[in-house]
Amino acid sequence: MEKYILETKDMGISFGGLKAAQNVNLRIKKNQIYGLIGPNGAGKTTVFNLLTGVYKPTTGTFYLDGEELKGLSQEKINQKGIARTFQNIRLFNNMTVVRNVMVGLHNNPKFKCTVLESFFRLPGHFRCEKEMRAKAKELLRIFGLEDERNNLACNLPYGKQRKLEIARALATEPKLLLLDEPAAGMNPHETEDLIQTIKLIRDRFDMTILLIEHDMKFVSGLCDEITVLNFGTVLTEGKTKDALSNREVIRAYIGG
Amino acid sequence: MDFLSTLINGLSLGGRYAMIALGYTMVYGIAKMLNFAHGDIIMVGAYTIYIFMAMNQPVIAIVAAVLVCVLFGVLIEKIAYKPLRGASPLAVLITAIGVSYLLQSLAQIIFGSANKMVNGYEFGMVKLLGADIQVSELITLGAATAVMIALTLFVKYTRTGRAMIAVSEDKGAAQLMGINVNRIIMITFAIGSALAALAGLFYLFKSPSVSNNLGAMPGIKAFTAAVIGGIGSIPGAMLGGLLLGIIESVSYKITVIAPYTDAIEFSILIIILLIRPTGFLGKKRREKV
Repeated sequence: MEKYILETKDMGISFGGLKAAQNVNLRIKKNQIYGLIGPNGAGKTTVFNLLTGVYKPTTGTFYLDGEELKGLSQEKINQKGIARTFQNIRLFNNMTVVRNVMVGLHNNPKFKCTVLESFFRLPGHFRCEKEMRAKAKELLRIFGLEDERNNLACNLPYGKQRKLEIARALATEPKLLLLDEPAAGMNPHETEDLIQTIKLIRDRFDMTILLIEHDMKFVSGLCDEITVLNFGTVLTEGKTKDALSNREVIRAYIGG
Repeated sequence: MDFLSTLINGLSLGGRYAMIALGYTMVYGIAKMLNFAHGDIIMVGAYTIYIFMAMNQPVIAIVAAVLVCVLFGVLIEKIAYKPLRGASPLAVLITAIGVSYLLQSLAQIIFGSANKMVNGYEFGMVKLLGADIQVSELITLGAATAVMIALTLFVKYTRTGRAMIAVSEDKGAAQLMGINVNRIIMITFAIGSALAALAGLFYLFKSPSVSNNLGAMPGIKAFTAAVIGGIGSIPGAMLGGLLLGIIESVSYKITVIAPYTDAIEFSILIIILLIRPTGFLGKKRREKV
């Protein structure tokens, strides 16, 4: 049996009578860049919300690296190794760039110090702060954001806000990174840049990435395999090229 | 010199308001609720001090007051507010008022309705630039300043402080970054209650009698201060507190308007809210469509 980083088994959720997602079966291997596509309202973000604990699946379950995470709270799931970004960017706007990343490092066991250590400003506190800041800077350097580390997050240009969100998610040291429409609102140049960044993340952090995207060029340029959702169910799955040329998929997207 | 003593009185009164206002504003910023029982934590602290001062233990009394208030704050949050997480703000507000009455009534049952006197914190007067200043006012002012600086540093430059700001900015995103929101809310209540305990101590410096509604008026004044400064904003609570303290002490000095001091303070709140609905340092909230 092959080993998967993420495996969902007949995962689904309904809100009253509305089945927002049902029988979703994803199998993602380590180091894959996997795409989740589908028309508007197909349930893509719902799947992300299920995987991050924002919603609890009403049917089925999911496993990260063989461990069942269904029913855990959002922070527990993050600590187990799933991190995400958001469709509409949700940075901590009134914090500086470097502090945004340091929030991501909050639970990193390497930088633990107790509340009391912090409150009485004991040596442990300063060591932990210094190391956290250094680690955050290192992450920012990879994303070319080091020079802006003391700016407020809300003052960054759009493309850089997206990158910062990814950096913040990576700071939690996940096994699986979920990107919700990372290329939304980007110009072709920024999109190309983002493709390179995502490849870099996979190679440099040995990361597995699951992404939602509407830009088909982006998806075919990046994803090894995709799953296509429509009306909350899986329409098809497989190698990106095959899945995209599937008749059902074309019909779902352009009608007819 | 009357001016100097009025100013120092105003600042030390303002320091007390600020310390209480910080509790309101931090809880509002992080748990998005108005904790109207916060004022009564001051009363809990004052009674704790009364108990230990009856045994003539001025230092232990202060430590005990802080610990008891923290315990009360955390327990109240756990028992009364936590089950209502996600409930309508009105339900939480009414619960908070209920907790406030519960604490006041409990105090009355335990300690009776007669005021209790706390003696032992007398520091006398000093002459400063020709003005007679009460030492207790200077201690209050100094301690309040130190506490506010410490709190600012804590919030700005520590792991927990950063998590607090993150939760107040976007609870959902903070949770998805692995931050345990319940724990952060608990810590916020603990800090707010500790500050309330110290404020209670400073009230006893000023007037050494404890009653079960001791915290009510300072609570409302401090809430006013928090709103003036911009509720949710930590520097705002400090600014609002100091401003209100100075206004109050100046108003008391002017014979004609002295009896109307409370009315003046609350009128100022109304005026400021008309001009700047978010208070001085409050953030404008953009509604997402």
